[in-house]
Amino acid sequence: MVVLLGVVVVVLGFATRRNPLLVVGVAGIATGLLGELSPAEILRAFGDGFASSRSVTIFAITLPVIGLLERNGLQQQARTLIGKLGGLTTGRFLMLYLALRQLTAAFGLQSIGGPAQSVRPMIAPMAEAAAERRNGGRPLPEPVREKVRSHSSGADTVGLFFGEDCFLAIGSILLITGFVNSTYDTHLEPLSLALWAVPTAVCAFLVHGARLLRLDGTLERELAAYEAAHGTGNGAGHAARDAARISLTKDAATRTGTDTGRGADRASGTTGEGAE
Amino acid sequence: MIRSEWFFWLVGAVFLIMAAQMAGDRTNPKRHGSAAFWGLLGVAFVYSSWVADGSAPAEPLGVAVLVMICLGGFGFTGKGVPRTTDDRERTELAARWGNRLFVPALTIPLVAVVCSVLVAKWSIGGEPVLEDGSETILGLGIGALIALGVGMWVLRERSPSVPVHAGRSLLESMGWALLLPQLLAVLGAIFQTAGVGTQVGRITEEVLPDGQRLAAVALYCVGMAVFTIIMGNAFAAFPVMTAAVGWPVLLVQMDGSPAGVMAVGMLAGFCGTLVTPMAANFNLVPAALLELKDQYGPIKAQAPTAAAMLGCNIAIIYFFAF
Repeated sequence: MVVLLGVVVVVLGFATRRNPLLVVGVAGIATGLLGELSPAEILRAFGDGFASSRSVTIFAITLPVIGLLERNGLQQQARTLIGKLGGLTTGRFLMLYLALRQLTAAFGLQSIGGPAQSVRPMIAPMAEAAAERRNGGRPLPEPVREKVRSHSSGADTVGLFFGEDCFLAIGSILLITGFVNSTYDTHLEPLSLALWAVPTAVCAFLVHGARLLRLDGTLERELAAYEAAHGTGNGAGHAARDAARISLTKDAATRTGTDTGRGADRASGTTGEGAE
Repeated sequence: MIRSEWFFWLVGAVFLIMAAQMAGDRTNPKRHGSAAFWGLLGVAFVYSSWVADGSAPAEPLGVAVLVMICLGGFGFTGKGVPRTTDDRERTELAARWGNRLFVPALTIPLVAVVCSVLVAKWSIGGEPVLEDGSETILGLGIGALIALGVGMWVLRERSPSVPVHAGRSLLESMGWALLLPQLLAVLGAIFQTAGVGTQVGRITEEVLPDGQRLAAVALYCVGMAVFTIIMGNAFAAFPVMTAAVGWPVLLVQMDGSPAGVMAVGMLAGFCGTLVTPMAANFNLVPAALLELKDQYGPIKAQAPTAAAMLGCNIAIIYFFAF
């Protein structure tokens, strides 16, 4: 039972929002010691685990080309493109992407999307542009923008998870057949497992698609509430935001007054550092 | 044969080049810590090749990982002010390039798919062109390289230092979050070695009610989801929960359909993946890439769907798999 204390460390660490690197490091060492591994074995576990999991970090190789395209206006062009499609709201757009992601994943094309390949350069800016049009062309207040971006990532992940298992040769299907056939001396066909994944895939599209359609209403309400609290977006609230930005970053001072938000975000430091 | 290790070396080399640039970047108040962190990561990526094939000891790599944890965890990394275009310039550039900007962006997934579907089947002289089992990684890597070439050609960018600099500022703004998915994989492995799985299986067996089908199905699915939340990976949960409940109770005792119970049970585990920070590559890395203030934003967006889908999966097994 005592090895479960490592799990407790992780839960407490994440719940109290400690730095995740430290949480994982401490939990790993603690679990190793409680599981009666020697310090050398723990070091080996860290080393072997790092070496065998490098493939999850390989997306870093896409960053130079994404960065090059972004400094040449990729996100702005994504916005322009979506701006031309009048009836496309954030929710409807993300629902279309969800369907596309599920279908392509079901045919074995999992690598067609992903946070670095599609969500950051194209999907999130397009979803934001659709929301901005609903906001009268004005930039989104921060909580709303965060919600739109979070849902862009969510649509990608949900689409992948509940599409990929309809494909025969995916890791999870092969794990099931490998484990069951060798452990219990029986024979499961990958095809029948893939077919059993279809009902869940359909449910997932209905559930998440419906939630995305409802997102439009939620965003509209939040925008209205923000307007009510902060004026029309051209008045005091705007000036306050501009002032805040200048205090955050030197190069913001050289920016023009047009408020498109994104550049300031980058400078204000969000991810790791901002979360502590 | 194109090997996956070559791409790990390339990624390592990219980290090292970026680290060298960071060391000289005076706009970054923590440039030494940042350079140390990313430089160490680059070295670790390359050194890992020999750890993976067993020809070098893993302990030094373990020490390097712990040092990186301390550098990132105690706030020694930071970021500089990127030399880049501002919003007005970007809008003008977007008007100039138009939809040509999407060509390189779409090249990455296109090449990745071609690699994993077509090139994976090619072989020269009996040897596969792409290393067996690494088609997806290689596809992504080759796709990124081709896309970079296409992008520089389309945008008439001659200097390779421009994309490297642009990539570095993305890397700096993601920060140490980039290392987290690998660390969580390490933690999962340590949990497994230390016997966390066996314990959870034992607890599950104890709370299992006798002969009630709905309760047993719910326990299997909820167990898969909860265990996945703890481990960050449904693959780790599956053997444990299947050995504890799935096989002995749902299949042998209650005579369910093996394919139905197993396939849908795995999907119940995926519901757990949607809501756990332990699955950093699906939940925390997107938050970092999208520069969200709330790193749990994607999890909050996914949680209601995960709960509903857990219910759906229980219902699908209960009604259709017996």
